[in-house]
Amino acid sequence: MIKVDALTKEFGSFQAVDRVSFEVPKGQILGFLGPNGAGKSTTMKMLTGFISPSSGSASVGGHDIVADPLAVKSMVGYLPESAPSYGEMTVEEFLTFIAEMRGLHGDEGTKARNRVKETCFLGGVWHQPIETLSKGYKQRVGFAQALIHNPPVLIMDEPTDGLDPNQKHEVREMIRRMGQDKTIIISTHILEEVEAICERVIIISEGKVVSDASPSDLLRKARIHNAVTISFLNTPPGEARETLRSTEGVLDVEECENGLRCYPSNGKSIVEPIAKKVQDNGWHVKKLQLEKGRLDEVFRKVTLGQ
Amino acid sequence: MAIFKSLFKRELLGYFRSPVAYVFIIIFILASVGCTFFIGGLYESNQASLNPFFNFLPWLFLVLVPAVGMRLWAEERRSGTIELLFTLPVTTTTAVLAKFMAGWAFLIIALAATFPLIITVNYLGSPDNGVIFGGYVASALLAGAYLSIASLTSSLTKNQVISFILSVVVTFVLVLVGWGLFTDVLSSFLPLPVVDTIASLGFMTHFMPIVRGVIDLRDVMYFLLVMGSCMTLNIITLESVKAQ
Repeated sequence: MIKVDALTKEFGSFQAVDRVSFEVPKGQILGFLGPNGAGKSTTMKMLTGFISPSSGSASVGGHDIVADPLAVKSMVGYLPESAPSYGEMTVEEFLTFIAEMRGLHGDEGTKARNRVKETCFLGGVWHQPIETLSKGYKQRVGFAQALIHNPPVLIMDEPTDGLDPNQKHEVREMIRRMGQDKTIIISTHILEEVEAICERVIIISEGKVVSDASPSDLLRKARIHNAVTISFLNTPPGEARETLRSTEGVLDVEECENGLRCYPSNGKSIVEPIAKKVQDNGWHVKKLQLEKGRLDEVFRKVTLGQ
Repeated sequence: MAIFKSLFKRELLGYFRSPVAYVFIIIFILASVGCTFFIGGLYESNQASLNPFFNFLPWLFLVLVPAVGMRLWAEERRSGTIELLFTLPVTTTTAVLAKFMAGWAFLIIALAATFPLIITVNYLGSPDNGVIFGGYVASALLAGAYLSIASLTSSLTKNQVISFILSVVVTFVLVLVGWGLFTDVLSSFLPLPVVDTIASLGFMTHFMPIVRGVIDLRDVMYFLLVMGSCMTLNIITLESVKAQ
């Protein structure tokens, strides 16, 4: 659905996006991850036809973003960062305007408006000027605006930025529902969000793609992934460390605040051999915990090269 | 075309969504009528014509038109709605034209609101209504030319105040170079052909003849040319600055 090939954008001598390439098949929810200023927004602005690339190419639904930007814009629903809208208009006026600009007039327009009014829960503020709304509602108006023409492709720049936890949850649910029949790209720097909704994550750093994987594959890159933490009832017996280190599949053993942590040699599960060692030696163990790995650790690893 | 219409409608209605439009129209009527009667001396001149009214318009518009045009693009850029606008299926050319036309239509509405003046002079005497009509057409052209400058300066900055000042300065220079008092000063030390060339760039040189009843197509062309060049520059600047 979306094809990006060596897309590059320079601002003067600053390389904002550097030969970014990826493809997104129909129906996938792709997360764009990266530190601030990494080039996420710039890439999205190029994909939506707002700015043109310095070099490279991209297409949405087979339409080239440079040769046929209007066709691309008709296929894409876009929620820009911080959801800008015309504050002096009421929600209804604003959405009527967007619908008309999207070629939805008369009955068609009314139907489209009523649909997003329901899906984005805007009924209560329908006749209020947008500038009087809270941030959460403004964000919903932004969603409604992006969805009104029922586009096959949705691109959203930090859709949950500045929302409270309940609203964040609501927005994620909404994205997940829409992901069933739409191709979606969202950018974010909230890692839990990626784990919650994305099927695939691309990490961008300094304009380059540094990782392209599913969230679970990404977690596997964490050093702590599949490590086992043993909490002892008292202080760990002196020989425990050496015994554990010699266990099959264990790469290294480190002390941690609860006891000892065993790292696997190649990400494989080592729970069983360790549990057996504990039993055989008769150690008094309070807890055995399998670590999943944390995305922020991987994020730091790939973006800072640690 | 449907896109142009939707955008034009939003922009034009946009003026009336805030009190600014009403304040503007009232100030414009008060100022133009005040100038006509008190400074222009419509009664004292004992002539059934609207010359006193039209004489002041280039100066009144100098402040009022940039006030209408300053937000056209500066506000879109400041609030980020420019990103929204240009990810809708609209070309830069259509957007620039639609926004400009809406502003121009608003100015023409304000101009039309001075119609009681026409009734007044017709009641008091028998003016040449053809000349008055020509004067209104010239005024609309003048307002359009000013607005195209304001639209251009508005695309150069995110700050409405800067946009306002820039367009007042540019417009003022273009009024000045065609203004009789100024060209008199110039001709005291410059050869006449040079002075004429400079004056031919000014608004007054092309506005006053139409108001006096002399309609020359070249004067009309001048205004259309100013609007055309400013719109073109406007489109070019937007293409290059919209990402910033």
